[in-house]
Amino acid sequence: MSDTRSFFGEGHPYLKITGLTGKLIVVEGTDGVGRSTQISDLKRWLEMNGHAVVTTGLTRSELLGKTIDQAKAGHTLNTQTYCLLYAADFADCLEHQIIPALRAGFVVLADRYIYTLMARAIVRGADKDWIRSVLGFALKPDAVLYLKISLENLIPRVINSERIHEHYWVEDSPEGLDYWEAGMDLRLGEDFYDSFLEYQRRKMNVFEVMAKEYGFEVIPASRGFSQTNRQLKQSIQRVLQSE
Amino acid sequence: MIRKFEKSHPYPGLLIIVEGIDGSGKTTQLQLLHRWLEGMNRRVFLTEWNSSRLVNEAIKRGKKKNLLTPTTFSILHATDFADRLAHLIIAPLKAGMIVCADRYIYTAFSRDVVRGVGREWVRDMYGFAVKPDIAMYFRVPIEVSLERILSGRAALKFHEAGMDLGLSDDPTESFRLFQTRILSEYELIAQECGLTVMDATLPITRQQEIFRQLVQEKLAEHDPKPIVSVRRRSRTNV
Repeated sequence: MSDTRSFFGEGHPYLKITGLTGKLIVVEGTDGVGRSTQISDLKRWLEMNGHAVVTTGLTRSELLGKTIDQAKAGHTLNTQTYCLLYAADFADCLEHQIIPALRAGFVVLADRYIYTLMARAIVRGADKDWIRSVLGFALKPDAVLYLKISLENLIPRVINSERIHEHYWVEDSPEGLDYWEAGMDLRLGEDFYDSFLEYQRRKMNVFEVMAKEYGFEVIPASRGFSQTNRQLKQSIQRVLQSE
Repeated sequence: MIRKFEKSHPYPGLLIIVEGIDGSGKTTQLQLLHRWLEGMNRRVFLTEWNSSRLVNEAIKRGKKKNLLTPTTFSILHATDFADRLAHLIIAPLKAGMIVCADRYIYTAFSRDVVRGVGREWVRDMYGFAVKPDIAMYFRVPIEVSLERILSGRAALKFHEAGMDLGLSDDPTESFRLFQTRILSEYELIAQECGLTVMDATLPITRQQEIFRQLVQEKLAEHDPKPIVSVRRRSRTNV
Protein backbone atom coordinates (compact mmCIF):
# COMPACT_ATOMS: atom_id res chain seq x y z
CA MET A 1 0.00 0.00 0.00
CA SER A 2 2.78 2.39 0.91
CA ASP A 3 4.18 1.91 -2.57
CA THR A 4 1.12 3.46 -4.19
CA ARG A 5 1.98 6.90 -2.80
CA SER A 6 2.90 9.29 -5.57
CA PHE A 7 3.72 12.92 -6.26
CA PHE A 8 1.13 15.31 -7.61
CA GLY A 9 3.51 16.20 -10.45
CA GLU A 10 7.26 15.90 -10.81
CA GLY A 11 8.69 15.02 -7.43
CA HIS A 12 12.15 15.81 -6.16
CA PRO A 13 14.88 13.19 -6.32
CA TYR A 14 15.82 13.78 -2.68
CA LEU A 15 12.27 13.43 -1.29
CA LYS A 16 11.68 9.84 -0.26
CA ILE A 17 8.02 8.88 -0.15
CA THR A 18 8.12 5.18 0.44
CA GLY A 19 6.80 3.81 3.71
CA LEU A 20 4.19 6.53 4.17
CA THR A 21 1.57 4.26 5.64
CA GLY A 22 -0.85 6.91 6.91
CA LYS A 23 -3.74 8.44 5.00
CA LEU A 24 -3.85 11.95 3.61
CA ILE A 25 -7.38 13.31 3.50
CA VAL A 26 -7.91 16.81 2.20
CA VAL A 27 -10.95 18.95 2.93
CA GLU A 28 -11.31 21.78 0.46
CA GLY A 29 -13.92 24.48 0.21
CA THR A 30 -14.17 28.23 0.26
CA ASP A 31 -13.82 30.51 3.29
CA GLY A 32 -16.84 30.29 5.56
CA VAL A 33 -18.13 26.98 4.27
CA GLY A 34 -17.53 25.37 7.68
CA ARG A 35 -14.34 23.43 7.05
CA SER A 36 -12.72 23.97 10.43
CA THR A 37 -15.86 23.06 12.40
CA GLN A 38 -16.18 19.86 10.40
CA ILE A 39 -12.51 19.02 10.75
CA SER A 40 -12.43 19.34 14.52
CA ASP A 41 -15.47 17.08 14.73
CA LEU A 42 -13.93 14.55 12.33
CA LYS A 43 -10.74 14.49 14.35
CA ARG A 44 -12.65 13.65 17.55
CA TRP A 45 -14.62 10.97 15.71
CA LEU A 46 -11.54 9.37 14.17
CA GLU A 47 -9.75 9.34 17.50
CA MET A 48 -12.74 7.69 19.14
CA ASN A 49 -12.36 5.00 16.51
CA GLY A 50 -8.74 4.50 17.40
CA HIS A 51 -6.98 6.49 14.66
CA ALA A 52 -4.16 8.87 15.44
CA VAL A 53 -4.91 12.17 13.71
CA VAL A 54 -2.92 15.23 12.74
CA THR A 55 -4.62 18.27 11.31
CA THR A 56 -2.77 20.72 9.11
CA GLY A 57 -3.81 23.81 7.28
CA LEU A 58 -2.46 26.61 5.21
CA THR A 59 -1.46 28.49 8.31
CA ARG A 60 1.85 30.23 8.71
CA SER A 61 4.77 27.87 9.02
CA GLU A 62 7.64 28.43 11.39
CA LEU A 63 9.87 29.12 8.44
CA LEU A 64 7.87 31.90 6.86
CA GLY A 65 6.66 33.32 10.16
CA LYS A 66 5.53 36.85 9.64
CA THR A 67 7.23 37.14 6.27
CA ILE A 68 4.00 36.64 4.35
CA ASP A 69 2.13 39.26 6.35
CA GLN A 70 4.99 41.71 6.10
CA ALA A 71 5.32 41.13 2.40
CA LYS A 72 1.64 41.73 1.81
CA ALA A 73 1.65 44.84 3.94
CA GLY A 74 4.90 46.15 2.52
CA HIS A 75 4.30 46.69 -1.14
CA THR A 76 2.33 45.37 -4.05
CA LEU A 77 3.24 41.79 -4.70
CA ASN A 78 3.20 40.58 -8.25
CA THR A 79 1.36 37.35 -9.00
CA GLN A 80 4.41 35.11 -9.08
CA THR A 81 5.82 36.44 -5.83
CA TYR A 82 2.47 35.97 -4.13
CA CYS A 83 2.11 32.39 -5.38
CA LEU A 84 5.68 31.40 -4.57
CA LEU A 85 5.47 32.74 -1.02
CA TYR A 86 2.53 30.45 -0.36
CA ALA A 87 4.21 27.55 -2.16
CA ALA A 88 7.24 27.87 0.13
CA ASP A 89 4.96 27.93 3.14
CA PHE A 90 3.19 24.80 1.90
CA ALA A 91 6.46 22.99 1.17
CA ASP A 92 7.55 23.62 4.74
CA CYS A 93 4.30 22.18 6.07
CA LEU A 94 4.53 19.17 3.74
CA GLU A 95 8.05 18.23 4.74
CA HIS A 96 7.87 19.05 8.42
CA GLN A 97 4.31 18.01 9.26
CA ILE A 98 2.51 15.97 6.62
CA ILE A 99 5.23 13.54 5.51
CA PRO A 100 6.50 12.73 9.05
CA ALA A 101 2.90 12.13 10.21
CA LEU A 102 2.16 9.81 7.28
CA ARG A 103 5.38 7.97 7.94
CA ALA A 104 4.25 7.42 11.53
CA GLY A 105 0.96 6.00 10.26
CA PHE A 106 -1.27 8.94 11.19
CA VAL A 107 -4.40 10.08 9.43
CA VAL A 108 -3.64 13.57 8.21
CA LEU A 109 -6.68 15.81 7.88
CA ALA A 110 -5.63 18.74 5.75
CA ASP A 111 -7.70 21.86 6.07
CA ARG A 112 -7.16 22.96 2.46
CA TYR A 113 -4.26 21.90 0.27
CA ILE A 114 -2.56 22.81 -3.00
CA TYR A 115 -5.92 23.17 -4.74
CA THR A 116 -6.66 26.34 -2.81
CA LEU A 117 -3.20 27.64 -3.68
CA MET A 118 -3.85 26.87 -7.35
CA ALA A 119 -7.27 28.52 -7.29
CA ARG A 120 -5.88 31.69 -5.71
CA ALA A 121 -3.08 31.74 -8.27
CA ILE A 122 -5.33 31.20 -11.28
CA VAL A 123 -7.82 33.85 -10.12
CA ARG A 124 -4.87 36.24 -9.87
CA GLY A 125 -3.87 35.56 -13.45
CA ALA A 126 -1.08 33.04 -12.99
CA ASP A 127 -0.52 30.51 -15.75
CA LYS A 128 -2.34 27.30 -14.81
CA ASP A 129 0.43 24.98 -16.01
CA TRP A 130 3.02 27.05 -14.19
CA ILE A 131 1.42 26.89 -10.76
CA ARG A 132 0.63 23.22 -11.23
CA SER A 133 4.23 22.35 -11.96
CA VAL A 134 5.53 24.55 -9.12
CA LEU A 135 3.37 22.49 -6.74
CA GLY A 136 4.30 19.21 -8.42
CA PHE A 137 6.31 18.07 -5.39
CA ALA A 138 3.12 17.78 -3.30
CA LEU A 139 1.85 14.33 -2.38
CA LYS A 140 -1.24 13.12 -4.14
CA PRO A 141 -3.88 12.84 -1.40
CA ASP A 142 -5.89 9.69 -0.74
CA ALA A 143 -9.05 11.75 -1.10
CA VAL A 144 -10.10 15.34 -1.70
CA LEU A 145 -13.44 16.11 -0.11
CA TYR A 146 -14.77 19.31 -1.59
CA LEU A 147 -17.39 21.15 0.45
CA LYS A 148 -19.54 22.81 -2.16
CA ILE A 149 -21.84 25.69 -1.36
CA SER A 150 -23.83 28.19 -3.39
CA LEU A 151 -23.09 31.90 -3.12
CA GLU A 152 -26.59 32.53 -1.71
CA ASN A 153 -25.88 30.15 1.13
CA LEU A 154 -22.35 31.33 1.67
CA ILE A 155 -23.09 35.04 2.08
CA PRO A 156 -25.02 34.87 5.38
CA ARG A 157 -22.34 32.63 6.85
CA VAL A 158 -19.56 35.06 6.08
CA ILE A 159 -21.27 38.39 6.29
CA ASN A 160 -23.25 38.58 9.49
CA SER A 161 -23.24 40.91 12.48
CA GLU A 162 -20.54 39.06 14.38
CA ARG A 163 -18.10 38.84 11.54
CA ILE A 164 -18.63 42.35 10.31
CA HIS A 165 -17.86 43.56 13.80
CA GLU A 166 -14.84 41.34 14.06
CA HIS A 167 -13.54 42.27 10.67
CA TYR A 168 -13.82 45.97 11.33
CA TRP A 169 -12.88 46.29 14.98
CA VAL A 170 -10.67 43.37 15.96
CA GLU A 171 -7.12 43.65 14.83
CA ASP A 172 -5.52 40.54 13.27
CA SER A 173 -8.70 38.61 13.86
CA PRO A 174 -8.49 35.09 12.49
CA GLU A 175 -12.25 35.09 12.07
CA GLY A 176 -12.63 38.34 10.22
CA LEU A 177 -12.57 38.55 6.50
CA ASP A 178 -9.22 39.88 5.61
CA TYR A 179 -8.38 42.06 2.70
CA TRP A 180 -6.70 39.33 0.68
CA GLU A 181 -9.28 36.64 1.42
CA ALA A 182 -11.83 38.96 -0.09
CA GLY A 183 -9.56 39.37 -3.07
CA MET A 184 -9.43 43.12 -2.49
CA ASP A 185 -5.99 43.19 -4.07
CA LEU A 186 -7.66 42.35 -7.37
CA ARG A 187 -9.92 45.40 -7.29
CA LEU A 188 -12.82 43.41 -8.58
CA GLY A 189 -15.51 45.71 -7.29
CA GLU A 190 -16.10 49.15 -5.94
CA ASP A 191 -16.39 48.02 -2.34
CA PHE A 192 -15.61 45.17 -0.03
CA TYR A 193 -18.86 43.34 -0.66
CA ASP A 194 -18.69 43.48 -4.45
CA SER A 195 -15.10 42.39 -4.38
CA PHE A 196 -15.84 39.49 -2.06
CA LEU A 197 -18.69 38.32 -4.25
CA GLU A 198 -16.76 38.44 -7.48
CA TYR A 199 -13.68 36.85 -5.93
CA GLN A 200 -15.67 33.95 -4.51
CA ARG A 201 -17.52 33.48 -7.77
CA ARG A 202 -14.27 33.21 -9.72
CA LYS A 203 -12.70 30.90 -7.20
CA MET A 204 -15.74 28.63 -7.23
CA ASN A 205 -15.55 28.41 -11.01
CA VAL A 206 -11.92 27.36 -10.81
CA PHE A 207 -12.84 24.75 -8.20
CA GLU A 208 -15.58 23.38 -10.44
CA VAL A 209 -13.03 22.73 -13.16
CA MET A 210 -10.52 21.22 -10.75
CA ALA A 211 -13.16 18.98 -9.16
CA LYS A 212 -13.54 17.18 -12.49
CA GLU A 213 -9.89 17.29 -13.43
CA TYR A 214 -8.59 15.86 -10.15
CA GLY A 215 -11.58 13.74 -9.18
CA PHE A 216 -12.71 15.54 -6.02
CA GLU A 217 -15.49 14.00 -4.05
CA VAL A 218 -18.08 16.76 -4.06
CA ILE A 219 -19.98 17.11 -0.80
CA PRO A 220 -22.93 19.50 -0.71
CA ALA A 221 -22.45 21.90 2.19
CA SER A 222 -25.42 24.21 1.73
CA ARG A 223 -27.74 22.29 4.02
CA GLY A 224 -26.86 21.79 7.66
CA PHE A 225 -23.82 20.72 9.65
CA SER A 226 -25.05 17.19 10.35
CA GLN A 227 -25.93 16.22 6.80
CA THR A 228 -22.54 17.37 5.58
CA ASN A 229 -20.88 15.70 8.53
CA ARG A 230 -22.55 12.36 7.79
CA GLN A 231 -21.38 12.40 4.21
CA LEU A 232 -17.85 13.35 5.17
CA LYS A 233 -17.70 10.43 7.59
CA GLN A 234 -18.95 8.00 4.97
CA SER A 235 -16.29 9.13 2.53
CA ILE A 236 -13.54 8.94 5.11
CA GLN A 237 -14.63 5.48 6.14
CA ARG A 238 -14.32 4.35 2.55
CA VAL A 239 -10.81 5.77 2.29
CA LEU A 240 -9.71 4.08 5.51
CA GLN A 241 -11.12 0.73 4.43
CA SER A 242 -9.43 0.75 1.05
CA GLU A 243 -5.97 -0.69 1.28
CA MET B 1 4.32 24.99 -19.81
CA ILE B 2 5.69 28.24 -21.18
CA ARG B 3 9.29 29.02 -20.33
CA LYS B 4 9.66 32.69 -21.13
CA PHE B 5 13.42 32.58 -20.73
CA GLU B 6 13.62 30.54 -23.91
CA LYS B 7 12.32 33.36 -26.10
CA SER B 8 13.64 36.90 -26.61
CA HIS B 9 11.98 39.53 -24.43
CA PRO B 10 9.87 42.33 -25.91
CA TYR B 11 11.44 45.19 -23.92
CA PRO B 12 13.59 47.97 -25.38
CA GLY B 13 16.36 47.63 -22.77
CA LEU B 14 19.24 45.20 -22.69
CA LEU B 15 19.74 42.46 -20.12
CA ILE B 16 23.30 41.32 -19.54
CA ILE B 17 23.94 38.58 -17.02
CA VAL B 18 27.03 36.79 -15.74
CA GLU B 19 27.21 33.29 -14.31
CA GLY B 20 29.91 31.00 -12.99
CA ILE B 21 31.06 29.28 -9.82
CA ASP B 22 32.51 31.27 -6.91
CA GLY B 23 35.94 32.55 -7.79
CA SER B 24 35.34 32.52 -11.54
CA GLY B 25 35.87 36.28 -11.67
CA LYS B 26 32.38 37.06 -13.01
CA THR B 27 31.69 39.89 -10.54
CA THR B 28 34.96 41.62 -11.40
CA GLN B 29 34.17 41.36 -15.10
CA LEU B 30 30.65 42.71 -14.68
CA GLN B 31 31.85 45.64 -12.61
CA LEU B 32 34.42 46.54 -15.25
CA LEU B 33 31.74 46.36 -17.90
CA HIS B 34 29.49 48.55 -15.78
CA ARG B 35 32.24 51.18 -15.47
CA TRP B 36 32.74 51.18 -19.21
CA LEU B 37 29.03 51.56 -19.97
CA GLU B 38 28.72 54.39 -17.45
CA GLY B 39 31.70 56.04 -19.04
CA MET B 40 29.83 56.03 -22.34
CA ASN B 41 26.92 57.77 -20.59
CA ARG B 42 24.67 54.77 -20.99
CA ARG B 43 21.81 54.39 -18.54
CA VAL B 44 22.93 51.31 -16.66
CA PHE B 45 21.60 49.45 -13.66
CA LEU B 46 23.66 46.90 -11.73
CA THR B 47 21.85 44.27 -9.68
CA GLU B 48 22.88 41.24 -7.63
CA TRP B 49 21.33 37.86 -6.93
CA ASN B 50 19.62 37.61 -3.54
CA SER B 51 19.62 41.22 -2.58
CA SER B 52 16.02 41.98 -1.61
CA ARG B 53 14.56 42.17 1.86
CA LEU B 54 11.36 40.33 0.99
CA VAL B 55 12.36 36.84 2.06
CA ASN B 56 15.78 37.53 3.56
CA GLU B 57 14.47 37.20 7.07
CA ALA B 58 12.86 33.84 6.35
CA ILE B 59 16.02 32.56 4.69
CA LYS B 60 18.15 33.71 7.62
CA ARG B 61 15.78 32.20 10.15
CA GLY B 62 15.67 28.98 8.16
CA LYS B 63 19.44 28.73 7.99
CA LYS B 64 19.91 29.46 11.66
CA LYS B 65 17.32 26.98 12.87
CA ASN B 66 18.17 24.50 10.13
CA LEU B 67 14.57 24.52 8.89
CA LEU B 68 15.36 24.87 5.20
CA THR B 69 14.87 21.89 2.94
CA PRO B 70 16.06 21.82 -0.68
CA THR B 71 12.49 22.64 -1.75
CA THR B 72 11.90 25.57 0.57
CA PHE B 73 15.41 26.88 -0.09
CA SER B 74 14.69 26.80 -3.80
CA ILE B 75 11.19 28.31 -3.66
CA LEU B 76 12.24 31.11 -1.31
CA HIS B 77 14.98 32.19 -3.70
CA ALA B 78 12.50 32.06 -6.59
CA THR B 79 10.07 34.18 -4.56
CA ASP B 80 12.74 36.76 -4.03
CA PHE B 81 13.68 36.61 -7.68
CA ALA B 82 10.07 37.12 -8.80
CA ASP B 83 9.91 40.30 -6.76
CA ARG B 84 13.24 41.61 -8.00
CA LEU B 85 12.45 40.67 -11.58
CA ALA B 86 9.39 42.91 -11.56
CA HIS B 87 10.98 45.85 -9.77
CA LEU B 88 14.66 45.73 -10.64
CA ILE B 89 14.79 44.09 -14.04
CA ILE B 90 11.58 44.47 -16.04
CA ALA B 91 10.95 48.08 -15.00
CA PRO B 92 14.42 49.32 -16.08
CA LEU B 93 14.22 47.18 -19.25
CA LYS B 94 10.95 48.90 -20.16
CA ALA B 95 12.64 52.21 -19.49
CA GLY B 96 15.24 51.26 -22.06
CA MET B 97 18.09 50.79 -19.61
CA ILE B 98 20.96 48.33 -19.69
CA VAL B 99 20.52 45.94 -16.77
CA CYS B 100 23.65 44.15 -15.58
CA ALA B 101 22.81 41.19 -13.36
CA ASP B 102 25.40 39.42 -11.25
CA ARG B 103 24.02 35.86 -11.38
CA TYR B 104 20.64 34.96 -12.76
CA ILE B 105 18.25 32.00 -12.92
CA TYR B 106 21.06 29.67 -14.00
CA THR B 107 22.52 30.00 -10.51
CA ALA B 108 19.33 28.44 -9.17
CA PHE B 109 19.30 25.82 -11.92
CA SER B 110 22.74 24.59 -10.88
CA ARG B 111 22.77 25.10 -7.13
CA ASP B 112 19.24 23.88 -6.37
CA VAL B 113 19.60 20.75 -8.51
CA VAL B 114 22.84 19.91 -6.70
CA ARG B 115 20.87 20.25 -3.46
CA GLY B 116 18.39 17.67 -4.77
CA VAL B 117 15.40 19.28 -6.48
CA GLY B 118 14.16 18.19 -9.90
CA ARG B 119 15.92 19.61 -12.95
CA GLU B 120 12.73 20.22 -14.90
CA TRP B 121 10.86 21.41 -11.84
CA VAL B 122 13.24 24.28 -11.11
CA ARG B 123 13.23 25.34 -14.77
CA ASP B 124 9.44 25.37 -14.82
CA MET B 125 9.31 27.37 -11.62
CA TYR B 126 11.46 30.09 -13.19
CA GLY B 127 9.36 29.93 -16.35
CA PHE B 128 8.32 33.58 -15.91
CA ALA B 129 11.90 34.86 -16.15
CA VAL B 130 13.06 37.15 -18.95
CA LYS B 131 15.64 35.83 -21.39
CA PRO B 132 18.95 37.71 -21.17
CA ASP B 133 20.29 39.42 -24.30
CA ILE B 134 23.79 38.45 -23.29
CA ALA B 135 24.43 35.58 -20.91
CA MET B 136 28.10 35.09 -20.15
CA TYR B 137 29.27 31.96 -18.42
CA PHE B 138 32.71 32.22 -16.87
CA ARG B 139 34.20 28.78 -17.08
CA VAL B 140 37.03 28.02 -14.70
CA PRO B 141 38.65 24.79 -13.46
CA ILE B 142 37.79 23.93 -9.88
CA GLU B 143 41.39 24.27 -8.64
CA VAL B 144 41.69 27.81 -9.94
CA SER B 145 38.45 28.85 -8.30
CA LEU B 146 39.46 27.25 -4.99
CA GLU B 147 42.78 29.04 -4.99
CA ARG B 148 41.13 32.39 -5.68
CA ILE B 149 38.47 31.86 -3.01
CA LEU B 150 40.69 30.53 -0.26
CA SER B 151 43.36 33.18 -0.64
CA GLY B 152 40.81 35.94 -0.57
CA ARG B 153 38.87 35.30 2.62
CA ALA B 154 39.28 34.00 6.14
CA ALA B 155 36.86 31.09 6.24
CA LEU B 156 34.15 29.54 4.11
CA LYS B 157 30.62 30.00 5.34
CA PHE B 158 28.49 26.96 6.12
CA HIS B 159 26.09 27.13 3.17
CA GLU B 160 28.67 28.57 0.81
CA ALA B 161 30.76 25.44 1.34
CA GLY B 162 27.65 23.30 0.83
CA MET B 163 28.11 21.88 4.34
CA ASP B 164 24.35 21.29 4.54
CA LEU B 165 24.76 18.52 1.95
CA GLY B 166 26.96 16.48 4.27
CA LEU B 167 29.54 15.80 1.58
CA SER B 168 32.46 16.20 3.95
CA ASP B 169 33.14 17.45 7.47
CA ASP B 170 36.03 19.53 6.21
CA PRO B 171 34.77 22.88 4.83
CA THR B 172 37.45 23.09 2.14
CA GLU B 173 36.84 19.55 0.96
CA SER B 174 33.07 20.06 1.13
CA PHE B 175 33.44 23.24 -0.92
CA ARG B 176 35.51 21.42 -3.53
CA LEU B 177 32.96 18.62 -3.88
CA PHE B 178 30.03 21.02 -3.90
CA GLN B 179 31.56 23.34 -6.51
CA THR B 180 32.55 20.37 -8.68
CA ARG B 181 28.91 19.29 -8.84
CA ILE B 182 27.78 22.85 -9.51
CA LEU B 183 30.33 23.09 -12.29
CA SER B 184 29.01 20.02 -14.05
CA GLU B 185 25.44 21.39 -13.81
CA TYR B 186 26.66 24.66 -15.31
CA GLU B 187 28.17 22.78 -18.25
CA LEU B 188 24.79 21.19 -18.91
CA ILE B 189 22.97 24.51 -18.60
CA ALA B 190 25.42 26.35 -20.85
CA GLN B 191 24.62 23.87 -23.61
CA GLU B 192 20.89 23.74 -23.02
CA CYS B 193 20.30 27.48 -22.54
CA GLY B 194 22.91 28.71 -24.98
CA LEU B 195 25.13 30.65 -22.59
CA THR B 196 28.23 32.26 -24.08
CA VAL B 197 31.26 30.55 -22.60
CA MET B 198 34.17 32.70 -21.48
CA ASP B 199 37.53 31.15 -20.69
CA ALA B 200 37.93 32.60 -17.21
CA THR B 201 41.58 31.61 -16.96
CA LEU B 202 42.50 34.29 -19.51
CA PRO B 203 43.99 37.57 -18.23
CA ILE B 204 41.35 39.92 -16.81
CA THR B 205 41.94 42.57 -19.45
CA ARG B 206 41.61 40.06 -22.27
CA GLN B 207 38.31 38.73 -20.91
CA GLN B 208 37.02 42.28 -20.56
CA GLU B 209 37.96 43.05 -24.18
CA ILE B 210 35.98 40.06 -25.40
CA PHE B 211 33.04 40.95 -23.16
CA ARG B 212 32.96 44.60 -24.29
CA GLN B 213 33.23 43.57 -27.92
CA LEU B 214 30.14 41.40 -27.55
CA VAL B 215 28.15 44.13 -25.82
CA GLN B 216 29.29 46.66 -28.40
CA GLU B 217 27.88 44.47 -31.16
CA LYS B 218 24.54 44.14 -29.38
CA LEU B 219 24.33 47.88 -28.85
CA ALA B 220 25.05 48.51 -32.51
CA GLU B 221 22.09 46.30 -33.38
CA HIS B 222 19.61 48.36 -31.49
CA ASP B 223 19.36 51.63 -29.68
CA PRO B 224 17.50 51.25 -26.36
CA LYS B 225 14.66 53.72 -25.92
CA PRO B 226 12.06 53.82 -23.15
CA ILE B 227 8.48 52.66 -23.71
CA VAL B 228 6.22 55.69 -23.42
CA SER B 229 2.75 54.36 -24.12
CA VAL B 230 1.28 52.31 -21.32
CA ARG B 231 -0.96 49.39 -22.08
CA ARG B 232 -4.20 49.31 -20.13
CA ARG B 233 -3.55 47.80 -16.72
CA SER B 234 -4.59 44.17 -16.67
CA ARG B 235 -7.20 43.46 -14.03
CA THR B 236 -5.59 40.26 -12.98
CA ASN B 237 -2.27 41.73 -11.96
CA VAL B 238 -1.81 42.16 -8.25
